[in-house]
Amino acid sequence: MNTTAIELEVNGRKHSANVPPRKLLSDFIRQDLALPGTHVGCEHGVCGACTILMDGKAVRACLMFAVQADGASLTTVEGLSKAEELHPIQHAFWEEHGLQCGFCTPGMLAAAHELLSENTDPTDEEIREAISGNLCRCTGYEYIIDAIRTAAKKLRVTQASDASQNA
Amino acid sequence: MSSHLKSNVIPPSRQREKPRAGMTWIGQSMKRVEDPRILVGKGGYVDDVVVPGMAHAAMVSSPHAHARIVSIDTSKAKNLPGVIGVYTGADLATVVDPCPSFASPPVTQHAMCMDKTRHVGEVVAAVVAEDRYIAEDAAALVEVEYEILTANVDIEASLEATGDAVLHPDDRESNRALDESFSFGSVEDDFAGADKVIKRRLRWNRSSAQAIETCGVVAEYDAFKGGYTIHANTNFYNFIPFVIGGSLRVSPGELRLIPVLTGGSFGSKVFIHKIIILTAGLARLSGVPVKYIEDRLEHFTNSDSHGSDRLYDCELAVMNDGTFKSMRFTVLDDYGAYLQFGVGTHGNAMAQVTGPYRIESFAMRVIAVLTNKCQQGPYRGFGSEVTNWVMERMADAAAEELDRDPVDLREQNMIQPDEFPYMITTGNIYDSGNFQEVLAQAKTLFDLEGWKRKAAAARADGRCVGVGVATCMERSVYGPTEWWFLNKKEEPGFTLTSTPEGISARFDPSGKLFVTLNSCMVGTSPETVVTQVLAERLTVAPEDIVFNYADSQTGFNGVGPQGSRFTAMVTGACVTASIRLEEKLKRFGAHMLQRRPEDVELRGGMVAVKDGLEDQAKSFAEIALMSSFFRLSFPDEEAFDSGLETTAVYDHPISAEPHPDREHLGIFYPIVGHICHITAVEVDPETGKVEILDYAAVHDNGTIVNPRTLGGQVWGGTANGIGTTLTEHFIYDEDGQFTNPNFAEFALPSAHEMPKNLKLGHVETPSPYTEYGIKGGGEGGRLGAPSALTTAIEDALREKGVKISALPVTPPVLRGLIRNADAAAAAAD
Repeated sequence: MNTTAIELEVNGRKHSANVPPRKLLSDFIRQDLALPGTHVGCEHGVCGACTILMDGKAVRACLMFAVQADGASLTTVEGLSKAEELHPIQHAFWEEHGLQCGFCTPGMLAAAHELLSENTDPTDEEIREAISGNLCRCTGYEYIIDAIRTAAKKLRVTQASDASQNA
Repeated sequence: MSSHLKSNVIPPSRQREKPRAGMTWIGQSMKRVEDPRILVGKGGYVDDVVVPGMAHAAMVSSPHAHARIVSIDTSKAKNLPGVIGVYTGADLATVVDPCPSFASPPVTQHAMCMDKTRHVGEVVAAVVAEDRYIAEDAAALVEVEYEILTANVDIEASLEATGDAVLHPDDRESNRALDESFSFGSVEDDFAGADKVIKRRLRWNRSSAQAIETCGVVAEYDAFKGGYTIHANTNFYNFIPFVIGGSLRVSPGELRLIPVLTGGSFGSKVFIHKIIILTAGLARLSGVPVKYIEDRLEHFTNSDSHGSDRLYDCELAVMNDGTFKSMRFTVLDDYGAYLQFGVGTHGNAMAQVTGPYRIESFAMRVIAVLTNKCQQGPYRGFGSEVTNWVMERMADAAAEELDRDPVDLREQNMIQPDEFPYMITTGNIYDSGNFQEVLAQAKTLFDLEGWKRKAAAARADGRCVGVGVATCMERSVYGPTEWWFLNKKEEPGFTLTSTPEGISARFDPSGKLFVTLNSCMVGTSPETVVTQVLAERLTVAPEDIVFNYADSQTGFNGVGPQGSRFTAMVTGACVTASIRLEEKLKRFGAHMLQRRPEDVELRGGMVAVKDGLEDQAKSFAEIALMSSFFRLSFPDEEAFDSGLETTAVYDHPISAEPHPDREHLGIFYPIVGHICHITAVEVDPETGKVEILDYAAVHDNGTIVNPRTLGGQVWGGTANGIGTTLTEHFIYDEDGQFTNPNFAEFALPSAHEMPKNLKLGHVETPSPYTEYGIKGGGEGGRLGAPSALTTAIEDALREKGVKISALPVTPPVLRGLIRNADAAAAAAD
């Protein structure tokens, strides 16, 4: 099968690969890069489990071909935590019981990350809107909304302390 | 007590740990032990499993609901580069036998169709190839010729089918798979003596759990190395080898089933035996390890986990003063093309069919109907979600016909707090409860009186706003007799009575408590529950407890999360394990302290001399190290054999067999919670859309182990119930085509569909039978939400006279009801 050469950055690491043009980005991430945290729930772009960050924007990896990510910088759930520490959003999900089975969680985290990078103090309605394209069958969303609200607070505190250190 | 119940004796309680206030860990909203690895993407789901040399399967699915397979041409598919093999049902049958069935007599099901296809999506051929893309390319090249047969779609019409329209002529003469009648107590007399008989025809339509992860299997076969090695997201992994070993022609010990983290189940992954058998067979045929992960379409059309699909003709006998006397119904249930669990979902419903009310007699005729749809499987509630709704619909109907306030009427008929344990007329017991307190708390939390006024004012303004109250039972901790006691009593099938749960636990030489579970994680919190209980019972710090999951070869006795059983059951095993470990710790520790075991106690992770000085204690770590490596420091007696280890099994808190003649059904689902859901909704009469304005749920699940995770279960189940009521409906057309098997047309609730101001309350009435008084709480949301919402919607549309007798009420359905009601009103004018 014909392949196309692509170069991209995933979680801060550069990758070069030759991929069949029809290979889905989600399959490329999971199979070729061995990053299983990007989950595939419906393969038709509705459930949002496969949501990742592409140049900071939340995108559905099941609706893209790997070749479309040529030149992009991707962040998957594996790239959120630093060394042995959870990202503040992940930590907030832990504290607030924002996950049960965890299958939708990587996509929820990506959606939350995109929201909080643009809006440091979202209302519940804005949080609801931000995750409305991600389906969760376990939680009823209530504690996910709690988690994102808590995450926003954590990030504001971090940013404030970073700012004061830099001042 | 009615005489038919006299032989149903309640056994004494085996509770060892009494419910009590002020516990250290039980009752805390501890953060889940399971979460960090899941949060970073390292949970280890079935599709994350990669084994060397693994190939991938894709299925050729039937496009027809009912057809004879005339021929299958696999030649083009086989010639595609990268294809390892293409297999038909006949090929598969050379290595596997039909699927197991709890129906009696069984309805034969092959993992891959043999001569006929009986529903859209059923597998007629399979491709194994180097990757899934090639496998799907090849699947598209398989040519199948079909002779189309009459499709049975309608539940009533299917019963009349003859000739080629009969699904299983070798097993059943018609599509009536089972037709059994039961009567408990003096039903005839009670109806004869009633002032009024309330009658309703009620329809509960088909949907399913649709966890965000589909089902999947990775299977390997090695004839020279002991059989099958299988990874699968079944919930039943320590139980299922016995059940499917026969189909795979191996003993349970030759079938190593390795558990994986499961991306949601809600019942839908309890069994998944068919695709395990299918994938295992493909691995054996192809000679390579095979991965098969259902895509979403396959999960919709072929996952054997569709929910209840029932038509009730129900009667409630009442007195003019409002007293409920008796209930009876005939129920048809569209089971689809097969009958894997028999009518177990109706057995389940017998646990609480009369709800929280004193109804002293009950009769039922249950008819299992076969149609050309994917077969039913478990879905959160396992059939009781439907009878809860039926009971609450009948209570509302009685209130309407007696001109009574529906909540007052419910309260009048409720079992009183001093009547427990209460044996309902089917024989099951309600162990404990305080329904009145739950209702009172819910009314206050919701401000029911305030909302009634607001709703009336809104209706006076021409808006369609209404309030609904549901008071429902939440049975938990099942016994498996429910799977078979409704079978024909002369041939009940496999009449098992055990569904145990076990753990093994040992202090490793460093003093960490290493626990092996026998049930998988499906989104529940098995490690967290066990941590909280063992930390409580043994005074171990939670961070010193470490987990492992046994596979089916190393494991021992686990049935897993279903039927709201796991927390109460595994806690029983934890208590047994703790008693034994405590004895060992004390024996070794006392020897090290030069005291007698009766003079020491467990305190803060140490064995300490009772009333002793601070240094008169040995930490568990010291004792574990000594007991592991210093045998010569202890007496030469068997009691001091090395190591601090135990394996513990808990069978059931309390159960009793059904009567041989089914005069009663025994005690099989006795640990009952109670729930009250109250909601206010507004209906847009122009579109039929329902908006939930407010929602309160009060649950009594006995002693709460972890309030936050219980809250998660309540809201998650409520979300499922909202979907069941408002949006989720599998629609089959007259040819048996499944018209909406995707997330775009079958709408799971998103964050927008959930109520925005959920109010959660708890009452804690401990069980007198389980350890610490814990009750299960995994299904309650879905057991209550449909009833409360239905009542609220009907209340919102009361001026229009809309009556709801079928779920779901999707916007088009509700719009149709409103249109009809408006037309009827116009005609009357």
